[in-house]
Amino acid sequence: MAKFSKKKKGLPKINTSALPDIVFMLLFFFMVTTVMRQNDLLIKTPKLPNATEVKKLEHKSLVSTIFVGKARDKDKKYGGGDLIQLNDKIATDRDIANFILNERTKHNEEEVPYMTTSIKADIKTSIGTIVDIKEALVEVNALKLSFSTRKSGEENK
Amino acid sequence: MARKETPEIDAGSMADIAFLLLIFFLVTTTMDVDSGIPVKLTEKQEENVDKPIVKERNVFEVSINSRDELLVEGDEMSIEELTEAAIKFIDNGGGLGKKGDNGEDGTSCDYCAGEKDEASSDHPNKAVIIIESSRGTSFGMYVSVRNELLKSYRILRNIASTNLPETGGRSYDQLLLDYKNSNKKDEDTEVLIKKVKGMYPQLLSDVDPQK
Repeated sequence: MAKFSKKKKGLPKINTSALPDIVFMLLFFFMVTTVMRQNDLLIKTPKLPNATEVKKLEHKSLVSTIFVGKARDKDKKYGGGDLIQLNDKIATDRDIANFILNERTKHNEEEVPYMTTSIKADIKTSIGTIVDIKEALVEVNALKLSFSTRKSGEENK
Repeated sequence: MARKETPEIDAGSMADIAFLLLIFFLVTTTMDVDSGIPVKLTEKQEENVDKPIVKERNVFEVSINSRDELLVEGDEMSIEELTEAAIKFIDNGGGLGKKGDNGEDGTSCDYCAGEKDEASSDHPNKAVIIIESSRGTSFGMYVSVRNELLKSYRILRNIASTNLPETGGRSYDQLLLDYKNSNKKDEDTEVLIKKVKGMYPQLLSDVDPQK
């Protein structure tokens, strides 16, 4: 009986002193991999158009984003036209070629054909501006383009 | 022996704190994937290249004016009707298809369910859709139009794929999903996807407004 009750005293305590280490490791992993890069928008946040036939852009590093929209209310100097933002600057369509070439230098040569340009434009942007961007992109042979949209509703099959 | 050693610090709650932080990061991390309507631009063309001649019956012209009004093949139309009209045009199958690579005559479209109208397209692989916009057109309208047209292609591909005996009744969407779930290794599905794509190739083209 004595032996039996000894056993009943309970399982040995599991040593959890390594648990924080594991969790911290996970934490650091998430902290490091999370890209909190939120391109500082210098224009009004574009209201993206809705669409259903969308494709996901894989390989985020291969995507260069061009923002198009109106100036913010407080920035009076830009007037009411459409603005193009590349990286952290307001630019014109003449700067796009340079921007694309610059993006290309960050990648290997064999990755270049897979590079996609994503245009995040406001629904009220005029097509004229988009056409200008398209022409500039064709000029530097950046032919993969994606019009960024929000997915509306669920996919109807 | 009288001196007590410093008591061990209880690290049990350390895990809780770390978990709390971890959960915070997990929740705030938006792994939002950018999605959008894909467009393939055409390469810059030489000035004096002969443009391919396309018969007018094989062209479906969608114009959007600067007030975002739609003109489809000369008639005003609302955007809700566009998908249906495009399907009718693509799936018409009124004639012979494109010539083969070796110059043999094209075949008529045996999978088309259209009306075989003389005035509409010959074959899905000849039916070109042109989007003509003006500089004042809004980007939102342009994307909606493109979206509707892409939708009509998808609907047609789904029907075609379901009717193909090889697919076992799977729709085109399902094929794409299966292919993706196989980590792009399922070659049979890949062949099928190519086949369905070939039945209804996306012949969308933009006519850009002049400066």
